[in-house]
Amino acid sequence: MSENKNDILLDVRGLKQYFPINTGFLKTRPLKAVDDVSFTIRRGETLGLVGESGCGKTTVGRTILHLYQPTAGEIRYDGQLIESKQSIREFRKKATMVFQDPYSSLNPRMTVSDIVAEPLDVHELCRTKQEREERVLELLGYVGLNSEHASRYAHEFSGGQRQRIGIARALAVNPEFIVCDEPVSALDVSIQAQVINMFDDLQDRLGLTYLFIAHDLLVVRHISDRIAVMYLGKLVELADADEIYRHPLHPYSRSLLSAVPLPDPKKARANKRIVLSGDIPSPLNAPSGCPFRTRCRYATEQCAQSMPELKDEGAGHLVACHRLKEIGD
Amino acid sequence: MINMKKPFSLQLDPDAFRPATAEEKEYISRMRPSSTFFRDGWKRLMKNKVATVSMILIIVITLSCILIPLFWPYSYDAMLGVRPGKPVDSSFNNLAPFTYGKTELKRIEEGESVFPHIFGTDAHGRDYFIRIVFGTRISLAVGFFASIIVLLIGLIIGSIAGYAGGKVDLFIMRIVDIIYSLPDMLVIILLAVVLGRVLNLEGTILEKIGSNIISMFIVFGLLYWVSMARLIRGQILSLREQEYVLSARATGAKGSWIIRKHLLPNCISVIIISTALQIPNAIFTESFLSFLGLGVNAPMPSLGSLASDALNGLNTYTYRLIIPAAVICLIVLSLNLFGDGLRDAFDPKLNA
Repeated sequence: MSENKNDILLDVRGLKQYFPINTGFLKTRPLKAVDDVSFTIRRGETLGLVGESGCGKTTVGRTILHLYQPTAGEIRYDGQLIESKQSIREFRKKATMVFQDPYSSLNPRMTVSDIVAEPLDVHELCRTKQEREERVLELLGYVGLNSEHASRYAHEFSGGQRQRIGIARALAVNPEFIVCDEPVSALDVSIQAQVINMFDDLQDRLGLTYLFIAHDLLVVRHISDRIAVMYLGKLVELADADEIYRHPLHPYSRSLLSAVPLPDPKKARANKRIVLSGDIPSPLNAPSGCPFRTRCRYATEQCAQSMPELKDEGAGHLVACHRLKEIGD
Repeated sequence: MINMKKPFSLQLDPDAFRPATAEEKEYISRMRPSSTFFRDGWKRLMKNKVATVSMILIIVITLSCILIPLFWPYSYDAMLGVRPGKPVDSSFNNLAPFTYGKTELKRIEEGESVFPHIFGTDAHGRDYFIRIVFGTRISLAVGFFASIIVLLIGLIIGSIAGYAGGKVDLFIMRIVDIIYSLPDMLVIILLAVVLGRVLNLEGTILEKIGSNIISMFIVFGLLYWVSMARLIRGQILSLREQEYVLSARATGAKGSWIIRKHLLPNCISVIIISTALQIPNAIFTESFLSFLGLGVNAPMPSLGSLASDALNGLNTYTYRLIIPAAVICLIVLSLNLFGDGLRDAFDPKLNA
């Protein structure tokens, strides 16, 4: 995978996802969950996607996998446009998903081996029963479970084990790309570390590419090569993980990163938190222009009039802000 | 000598602190056998005494109404006093329990043993016990088959409405609302009258059952699926928002796969329970219609028509009304109690 780091695996252009909301009898209004988002993911890398609750992170992940029909925009996988039924079906053998809640993402009436083998059954990848069984055991082996667990039901497992089952299911079709939708936020911290390390390990072994959605900034920093910050359905900043941690440029990213707790009390005291005033606006009536302007202390007239473009500020550090120069460091 | 420990010494034995070997660990770690949903529910059901007794009762009644006619010497439609070439022997009509007709008394005097009429005979000289058994058989059969029809139709339509959602759901549910608003008894009576003339059953197997029963099945199929469909739709509507359904969709599973593998197995408890509670309902309707004279065709008995016939001699032969009524009560009550027990045992919301 390292031979060609710049090989683009997933290319998302101008992705929009609006949901119609009933606002009265026969009246609907679009809820702009994702509004004009573009990014690329290179083969073998991990792109972290962070943002507040309700900013559209999960919707981005699900729309990429065509769980929702995108309102506009195009998704190219390996240079191929994913749009027709045939291409979606093929795409589903290469791209899978790990879900947030390990309790509701496993069917309580199915055994672990049936859960893990479901993608194999759906795509009819195994010809014989024995082949299926062997594949299930191999998959369980990847995630640190064994044959004794295969015939059990999901409710007999702890949260961490359940999440491993979910990961084994995502690996069943031998995917290249996995959307991880907050896979560790429902787990406790010690288990989080285990699962995160397992993601890392699997990436090395199987050459996977991740879109890692999370709201825990430390977790994202640990696992991601690059990080994208979302606010109210729009991408506001995208850069290398270390770069964004050292020099966040967008005022929203700055305030977000200043909220990361530091383990060293001396540093923590010296750290100035940038506290945002007000609440995140409803995506039903998002502010005009830059979505962040209502809470941004640098906002001017210009910010209300037009949405700033995502511009390269050097070394692939993309930021969408009109007042970047004025803010300075 | 070093290892010798003094009996009252407080010195600890280092052997007890050695790490366990692999075999010792194996001996201690043992996995609890996996318990399935049905085994759990069955265990809970068996703990419920009322439900267990009801279940045994249902089994006994079902088996006896299947098996007894096989060896019983009288048949349900044979008039004992009528014999070819001889005048009708009216001494067989309206016999009290454990009494005999003239020819039978003669045979007893000659030393033959005659099988007793446990419940006596009816006004036409037919053994009443076997008629009760046959009536029970008809009633149970109607109950079971009507419930299965209701289950099948309700299951298919309900799961389609619940899974498809949107306009399909709206359309199906409006039909359900319309059917709900029809007076079902009126429809049954009208259909029974019309179908009796329209359906030409002569010469077919269905002739014995009679057009009334057929029309009852049709009405059950047409009208009674709605509550089942509503129930299943509601279940599926809430289940399809679960993440495991989303996950199945993400792997590319089709609608029928998701319904079969994910949605229906998760509402199986509701299905079992409401089917079990549907059976007494159907039996009740059948008895009611037979009582009105719209049920099975004579000479086929059903519990309702037996009770209806008994009204003619109510003062003298009260037991002829009491027996079928008691059997109906017993069947309906035990099915209801069993259904309640099933709900307690299988409904995950009640014993979370």
